[in-house]
Amino acid sequence: MTTRIVDLRKGILEKNDLLAQSLRGRFTDAGVRVSNWVSSPGSGKTALLEALLTTAVERGISAAALVGDCATDNDAIRLARSGAPVRQIVTESMCHLESEMISTYLEGWDLATIDLLVVENVGNLVCPTAYDLGEDTRVALISVTEGEDKPLKYPQLFHSADVIVITKTDIAAAVEWDRDAALAAIRSVNPAAPIIETSARTGDGVLDLLDLLTDLTLTHSTQLQEAP
Amino acid sequence: MHELSVAHAVVSTVLDALPSPDTRVLQVRLRVGELSGLVPQALEFAYDVAAQGTPLADAVLVIERSPIIIACTTCGDQPIASATDFRCPVCGEPCGDVVGGKELEILDITLDDTALANADLVGA
Repeated sequence: MTTRIVDLRKGILEKNDLLAQSLRGRFTDAGVRVSNWVSSPGSGKTALLEALLTTAVERGISAAALVGDCATDNDAIRLARSGAPVRQIVTESMCHLESEMISTYLEGWDLATIDLLVVENVGNLVCPTAYDLGEDTRVALISVTEGEDKPLKYPQLFHSADVIVITKTDIAAAVEWDRDAALAAIRSVNPAAPIIETSARTGDGVLDLLDLLTDLTLTHSTQLQEAP
Repeated sequence: MHELSVAHAVVSTVLDALPSPDTRVLQVRLRVGELSGLVPQALEFAYDVAAQGTPLADAVLVIERSPIIIACTTCGDQPIASATDFRCPVCGEPCGDVVGGKELEILDITLDDTALANADLVGA
């Protein structure tokens, strides 16, 4: 038998990555800040996003959201109450969003009229990590009802985050949240990302997060690395 | 369980690279970084499913793991042993700048060239 080795040196997710890069270019050209929110199911992504979108609309910031779930449009209905345009991406059994879905679901939206686009990923701490969606900011969330060591259990995601958000701080005392232990766990997998403590119920931290996500002076770490 | 999506991406990338659609693939070698979020065992299982009925059906999947390497400002590039402790193993300084470990790539493929070689002989 004659055999031959062919060098490929190809990224396995190259198709996703190339489309994500082209989306990032479109977002940058249109002046849209895009964040990709990743956390486990039930961590309070949607509640916080409701508060954030409502605050954005009140302040005259043009915000929009894409929401991924395996089934139902319940989250899109909740988020639409803020007055911001929202579209639900139903992924069927897919455990994560891919850049092609973002591209498809953006059709018909004039990016030039949007300041802030939030993509709420499917609730999952593993799979979304590998998929670039063209975002400038990846947000990883952890609620006070989860274990303080969650960042240690899912280091890939928390390491890849540009911003880390703690949710449901209004019930921290009731669930005996060990803040110091959680911050230490976050820091051991991600020494530098800003950490924002929030409560969708009291509104704590919502403005800080909005300011961070809409601050045009911040650039994504990938963009910094790619700069000459 | 996104390993199945990844396995399908591996199969379709390899199929695109084949010189002819009936070329048999003997081996596929991947590099999967410790920070890629992929579980090799799950990927192997998914690959068997994705490769069924394709020229990759009998191909052996070889997965090379690559370590996480951080760029310490004092000590330079240093491999770290665990994704749960982003500190320089030499000086102990926290460091999140990663220069290795996120790899998710197909390194090379080994093809059965017998049919092609025979064709060459006939041609000569």
